[in-house]
Amino acid sequence: MESFLVAVVVASMPLLFATLGELLSEKAGNLNLGVEGMMLMGAVIGFRVGLATNSPILAVLAALLAGAFGAAMFAFLTVSLRANQVVTGLTLTIFGSGFAGLVGRDVVGVPLSLQLRNSFDAIPIPLLSKIPVIGKPLFDQDILVYFGFACVILILLYFKKTRIGLNTRAVGENAAAADASGINVNLYKYLNITAGGALCGLGGAYMTLVTIPVWQQDVVAGRGWIAVALVIFASWRPVKAWLGALLFGALSILGYRLQAMGISLSQYLVDMIPYIATILVVIVSTYKNRKEDLPPADLSNPYFREER
Amino acid sequence: MIKINKRASLPKRKEMMIQALAVLLSLVFAGLVILAMGYNPLEVYYRIVEGSVGTIIRIQQTINKAVPLIIVSMGILVAFKMKFWNIGGEGQIMMGAFGATLVALNLPESVPTPIMLLAMAVMATLCGAIWAFIPAFFKAKFGTNETIFTLMMNYIAIKFVTYMQFGPWKDPSFGGFPKVASFHDNAIMPSLFGLHIGWIIALFAVAGVYIFIHHTKRGYEISVVGESLDTARYAGMNIKAIIITAMLVSGGLCGLAGMIQASAIEKTLTYTISAGYGFTAIITAWLGRLSAPVVGVVCFLFAMLLQGSSFLQASMAIPASVADMIQGVILFFVLGSDFFLQYKVVLKDKKAVKEVA
Repeated sequence: MESFLVAVVVASMPLLFATLGELLSEKAGNLNLGVEGMMLMGAVIGFRVGLATNSPILAVLAALLAGAFGAAMFAFLTVSLRANQVVTGLTLTIFGSGFAGLVGRDVVGVPLSLQLRNSFDAIPIPLLSKIPVIGKPLFDQDILVYFGFACVILILLYFKKTRIGLNTRAVGENAAAADASGINVNLYKYLNITAGGALCGLGGAYMTLVTIPVWQQDVVAGRGWIAVALVIFASWRPVKAWLGALLFGALSILGYRLQAMGISLSQYLVDMIPYIATILVVIVSTYKNRKEDLPPADLSNPYFREER
Repeated sequence: MIKINKRASLPKRKEMMIQALAVLLSLVFAGLVILAMGYNPLEVYYRIVEGSVGTIIRIQQTINKAVPLIIVSMGILVAFKMKFWNIGGEGQIMMGAFGATLVALNLPESVPTPIMLLAMAVMATLCGAIWAFIPAFFKAKFGTNETIFTLMMNYIAIKFVTYMQFGPWKDPSFGGFPKVASFHDNAIMPSLFGLHIGWIIALFAVAGVYIFIHHTKRGYEISVVGESLDTARYAGMNIKAIIITAMLVSGGLCGLAGMIQASAIEKTLTYTISAGYGFTAIITAWLGRLSAPVVGVVCFLFAMLLQGSSFLQASMAIPASVADMIQGVILFFVLGSDFFLQYKVVLKDKKAVKEVA
């Protein structure tokens, strides 16, 4: 059981980073469907830099930058040039996948150095890691897992307590009103979209630096799309996003575990559950029409000051 | 100071010039990336053209790739015209292929080919339409977000077909290798001029969608709903029915493309049968400005890019992902150029503003 929970947390991390990233973007009113592409860009760049420098810090930084770069292109097109968000996001995914394939073409399957891999070894937190059942999964993990947990709390505080976060929410809810009250709408959009992209990049790099850790073209395998779904599943709340990432992470490895235990249930059918669950959440939340479960009111509406 | 003004209208010639410039710039930019990768961009571009239209066989392969892309793009176009973001093309293709396979595997070998193919096509269209109906129903009834819904339906379809391929439909004669049984000859589309007859269906799809959008009442209503929901409501249109018909057409066309892929290309069902056409079609539909004939042409160009880059992989050992990268760059530039079609950027002298004030 404990080993299963440890594996669940590890499986949830790419989803968590990407979901939080997309959440930042959507809170500012921009639906970025390029998560998969940004994750791939982060995954390949993080891996290559790790391979070249053996430095975990540089590898992680490079992954953050790669994701942010992808998001910045999206922001430039959708915010400054007012392009359609759905199409631009999809383009980013296609671009990211092509970019990753080209950049990673000669390092497929190359192993990372032991030194680099060891820097992502589990670090037990004294006392806490001794708690039965949840101690090991939550408090005996690698450094990026702790960083992910910190992100959940920081983003929660960001949207609840900080001026920048509150202004971002205002932009996402009603860009025209935010503009009228003196908020620089475009600046806030750029800021949140780019920061979100950085997290998506890290989510991808978690796969190539920690989980697998090797580069291959299909490494992200649709996790970016799950992250888009998770944001809705979580009704745009960071803590629910974390729980959702854990749940989806658990489902992604459940079928194999059950088979190992001799219970025959096709992994492919288990794999469907998260998507069906997301659809149900979307239906229920629109049906109940609860304000706090709805997307930011101005999500995916472009904002042109001149056309107010 | 920079000021952005909305353009009243733009002469057709200037509009085309801006777009051509955008494509040209994107090729230059993509060329720089290819150069940075250590290849000669001109050679890469030449090989893409050579690999896609250089010989008769390559042209046939390009057309084979264009056929599903055109049909799916027509489906996507109808939904997008209504601003219904159907990104579930992949799943609708997949379910269409499933429907066709269901018929092909269960009708006896003695059924004549035309009847068999017709039954497969009807079933595929139906399955694709049902897969699109589900999100359309919830959109019409509760206003449920269709982007996410259709996206999730993709994954359910893919997992479902994977399950069928690795489970109930696994053909034991392949010795444990997870593969669905190949179709009998009567379930395989015949050829005409060395091509499977899918291209005729594609041409009909383009003409049909063009007529549907421009010359039928429902088609007109779809455009109105896309332009302005308020106008549609004010005119007393039945918005729910419009949403549902548009999505039935959209999903049906995607399903039909799935049948063609299963029958003519794969000759069986695989969980990779949609091959990204559902996503590429979104791009081609958009690039073609949701005009059926233009989208058809764009689809052919994209098919050239796809076919040409698989040739690149063989001849220059450049990964086929270069096609994705080039597609992405071209689209980024064209999306960006839209802005300059709609707006005029005016550089204003700060002093001049002050004087006026």
